[in-house]
Amino acid sequence: MRAIVTVLGKDCIGIIGGVCTHLATYNVNILDISQTVLQGYFTMTMVVDVSDLSIDFDEMKRQMASYGQERGLDIRVQREDIFDAMHKI
Amino acid sequence: MLNQKSILETIEMIDKQHLDIRTITMGISLRDCAHPDWKACCTKIYDKICGKAEKLVATGEAIEREFGIPIVNKRISVTPMAMVAESCETEDFVPFAVTMDKAAKACGVNFIGGYSALVQKGFTSGDRRLIASIPQALAETDFVCSSVNVGSTRAGINMDAVALMGRIIKETAERTKDTQGLGCAKLVVFSNAVEDNPFMAGAFHGVGEPECAINVGVSGPGVVYHALQSVKGQPFDVVAETIKKTAFQVTRMGQLVGREAGERLGVPFGIVDLSLAPTPAIGDSVARILEEMGLEVCGTHGTTAALALLNDAVKKGGVMASGHVGGLSGAFIPVSEDEGMIAAAQEGTLTIDKLEAMTCVCSVGLDMIAVPGDTTAETISAIIADEAAIGMVNSKTTAVRIIPVPGAKVGDMMEMGGLLGSAPVMPVHAASSADFIARGGRIPAPLQSLKN
Repeated sequence: MRAIVTVLGKDCIGIIGGVCTHLATYNVNILDISQTVLQGYFTMTMVVDVSDLSIDFDEMKRQMASYGQERGLDIRVQREDIFDAMHKI
Repeated sequence: MLNQKSILETIEMIDKQHLDIRTITMGISLRDCAHPDWKACCTKIYDKICGKAEKLVATGEAIEREFGIPIVNKRISVTPMAMVAESCETEDFVPFAVTMDKAAKACGVNFIGGYSALVQKGFTSGDRRLIASIPQALAETDFVCSSVNVGSTRAGINMDAVALMGRIIKETAERTKDTQGLGCAKLVVFSNAVEDNPFMAGAFHGVGEPECAINVGVSGPGVVYHALQSVKGQPFDVVAETIKKTAFQVTRMGQLVGREAGERLGVPFGIVDLSLAPTPAIGDSVARILEEMGLEVCGTHGTTAALALLNDAVKKGGVMASGHVGGLSGAFIPVSEDEGMIAAAQEGTLTIDKLEAMTCVCSVGLDMIAVPGDTTAETISAIIADEAAIGMVNSKTTAVRIIPVPGAKVGDMMEMGGLLGSAPVMPVHAASSADFIARGGRIPAPLQSLKN
């Protein structure tokens, strides 16, 4: 199963590294990363594989959100299906 | 491959434009719950509802978390109770409503629909007993919704039922006067009622439906409004195309969630109701979409045409996005539940007469309208008759959900809170329709040819 991780917030050093390290601890494989910084505002979207998650999907989502909160970032994890449904025919 | 723009667009729709799944409604057949002993019947009803819908709320919440899309309501609809309770040897049907209410609370849903009777051609003894019990049933329960179908294109209009429902609405308001007649917000009078509607208060699980089904209602006025802001001043062809594209995206999400919920609950997925359902929140209004098309205030001249375009484009966009479309499908215009409608009604541009015209081209009918407490039962019946006639002649569903707020005058506000919102008390015509309603009988079914 694939999911989309989005990270939004003020740009600072080590965002990508921190998010990737956290995902790796839950055994999440990153398939694609796209990121931009616009007027100091950081936006990253990642396509990830969560088939071999070491913890529950809900729990991983919560952990990522709370890690984001500590760093002033909005991090969310959603199944890819919803984006596919809306944007692909 | 998905691009970042698409991903962020979806997230913005959810975060800022109130995109959500309005309801996942589980339809449950209670046809096998009939029993001569009312207590045994109630036990069967309670056990069946709880058995089927036990995991509905938890499943809905799990889908919300995984997909990151809010599912605002989880609800249940059941077989019209008049049919289920008919064989019971009792005059008092209120215990069946109380049982539905208990089951709804046990399952954690926020509404249960189906305290209903279908009397478009005439009453059975169960229909009569059920309708007579509606005021008390709605006063004694919290989550039960009731509906009565009084007309159809094939059967005509049962004017005895229309007359009766005027009195029932008045009595329901009186019995729930402590909450400004809130009971009436849970009572709908239909013409051409549909069997797979997931939206309250009119949801029931029709007799042609399977044992159990999941039906989904989508939302999204805020998304359509936002999309139209990018095509300001452009011709209606562009407006229609923009709405269609947006409706497609919204409906695809509904289809995904419905299918997923069905699979997880082991229940067949029924339909997606292609609706634009507003909420009282700023930026989630159907009226504001109509105004975005160029009307100063919703309700002014041009509103019916704007709504006709909107309603049609929503359906066209949604149809391709979903495997099975049903329910009411279209734009809802509930006054109290739509911030723009409330404002337009308060300033006097949106009147009941204009709303009636709008119901000719919208998905349902006169919805969540508060009228003065001294409005007579006959006037309410006449309003119902007008709506039923529009539905009957145009082969569409129409409905009336009207609240004669006890003690209220024109200009007062009825506060219901939550998704039900607040309704400005609107004027009705003072001239009497009593002799018209007193005639009773049936209005014959209309011709289906020579259509002009």
